[in-house]
Amino acid sequence: MKTYNSLNEIKLDIGKGLTSCKKLTGQYLSNIKQKAHLNVFLEVYEQEALKRAEEVDAKIAAGKAGKLAGMVIGLKDVLCHKDHGLQGSSKILDGFVSKFNGTAIQRLIDEDAIIIGRQNCDEFAMGSSNENSAFGNVLNEIDNTRVPGGSSGGSAVAVQADLCLASLGSDTGGSVRQPAAFCGIVGLKPTYSRISRYGLIAYASSFDTIGIITKNVDDAALLLEIIAGKDDYDSTVSQQPVPAYTKNLSFSKKAKIGYLKESIESEGVSKTIRENTKKVIDVLIKEGHTVEPFEFPLLEYILPAYYILTTAEASSNLSRYDGVKYGYRSKNTKDLETMYKKTRSEGFGKEVKRRIMLGTFVLSAGFYDAYYTKAQKVRRLIKEETEKILSEYDFLVIPTTPTTAFKIGENTSDPLAMYLADLFTVQANLSGIPAISIPNGKDAQGLPIGLQIMTKAFGEQDLLAFSKYVLEKI
Amino acid sequence: MKVDKETIRKIAHLARLEFEEKGEEAIYHDFNKILDWMDKLNKVNTDNVEPLIHMSAEVNVLREDVVNNSLKHEEALSVAPKKDSDYFRVPKFLG
Repeated sequence: MKTYNSLNEIKLDIGKGLTSCKKLTGQYLSNIKQKAHLNVFLEVYEQEALKRAEEVDAKIAAGKAGKLAGMVIGLKDVLCHKDHGLQGSSKILDGFVSKFNGTAIQRLIDEDAIIIGRQNCDEFAMGSSNENSAFGNVLNEIDNTRVPGGSSGGSAVAVQADLCLASLGSDTGGSVRQPAAFCGIVGLKPTYSRISRYGLIAYASSFDTIGIITKNVDDAALLLEIIAGKDDYDSTVSQQPVPAYTKNLSFSKKAKIGYLKESIESEGVSKTIRENTKKVIDVLIKEGHTVEPFEFPLLEYILPAYYILTTAEASSNLSRYDGVKYGYRSKNTKDLETMYKKTRSEGFGKEVKRRIMLGTFVLSAGFYDAYYTKAQKVRRLIKEETEKILSEYDFLVIPTTPTTAFKIGENTSDPLAMYLADLFTVQANLSGIPAISIPNGKDAQGLPIGLQIMTKAFGEQDLLAFSKYVLEKI
Repeated sequence: MKVDKETIRKIAHLARLEFEEKGEEAIYHDFNKILDWMDKLNKVNTDNVEPLIHMSAEVNVLREDVVNNSLKHEEALSVAPKKDSDYFRVPKFLG
């Protein structure tokens, strides 16, 4: 059975009659069954996907197929897909069925993508290892004793293990880039507000973006081109026109590139990751680009600011899960208050409760200014400093993660150790800028390493072209 | 910043959560550790810095006031854990 690495390859083979959407879907379905132990899918839409594949094959034959005809895609369990289950990998949404399609999902369907199922993730996208799901851990295909990263762990392993060609996830602090790095694939977090958030379960609304997980840059560019852009259902989404990213993916300029000095000097970053990042820098210099180190004195404040703000927003967003309108309701209730408390205490997992508690605390009377307002001020400083650096450089390169995929259970007893996994990815979310993780070799144990590239807000066109160029050179 | 168990209980009530003794102990422990870490921010001088509140650059994006995308009554009720033909049902809370 042939493994496809891009939609273009698939389209070529469909054109030659070597495969069809139906055959392809059947292949992915059989891969999903064979690799069920990875625990990627919470639900697989077998019959529906096959039927849809037949319809898309008919459209292709009639010359009326959309841009995503031939793409089989999976959705992280935080994206609304009409008449399909949705529960953010949480018990508290047991039995919930989405009543509408999120905007990004509608746009995929309109272009003839085939949706194969919904994917396991950390509960409400809170986590860096997929160990916070109510439905169990997702395993990294390269080493089943290791985590796939998170929170879009299932979505990343789905692409890594060839269970679908691409996935949509979400990225609040690195949730598509970090698992993409741990799984050796591509993860794109666009500029904040580039993609409508309508139909994305809210975690931290001033950080959340839908993210794209693929095997290559071209497919990421195509998906972004289709799902980005203005939307009547999200008044915060950018009204800026969406460029035809796929048309301009060649990169021939000489760029000015900055790299974070600490990321290739600090003992806190694993040796092979430092070496591999340095190798990329050397290649870029050899190719005639200007590459210089930059310092970011606010680095140590990035994570605390991020956790104050995201837990605050989460505590507010997750107040909607009250056992009244949908999902789980505890049986142990006497009155309204115990109904709320029992429902939420039984329905939410440990990490979600911890974050709701922290968020409630930092927003509570007496502590609001010292924590929440303070973090909002620090966020402004981080954003302005990042923008200043980006006024001097076209791109910033930095490892996606300080380590490669860690062992299951390794960081679960210490929340702070787990939070450190997001050290390099969170800056882009605090600043709202786009960032991508691309594969950058493997360590001695064969575990994938990710290279992150960041650029100015709405610079996705250059970011994608440059990433493709870097992938070809390294 | 150190918080005591009484504060933990107050916050839990505000968040409509409850913890058994063991869970409360764990939250108490984590809370203080995480708050110590968050207190790092006090080292940053933020005098004369305005808090950053909105991340989207869009201002007052409006659309025509046309009724659409309405969720039908029965659809909205269909996933409720307890309901009658018209309403969500909750335990009685007025004497």
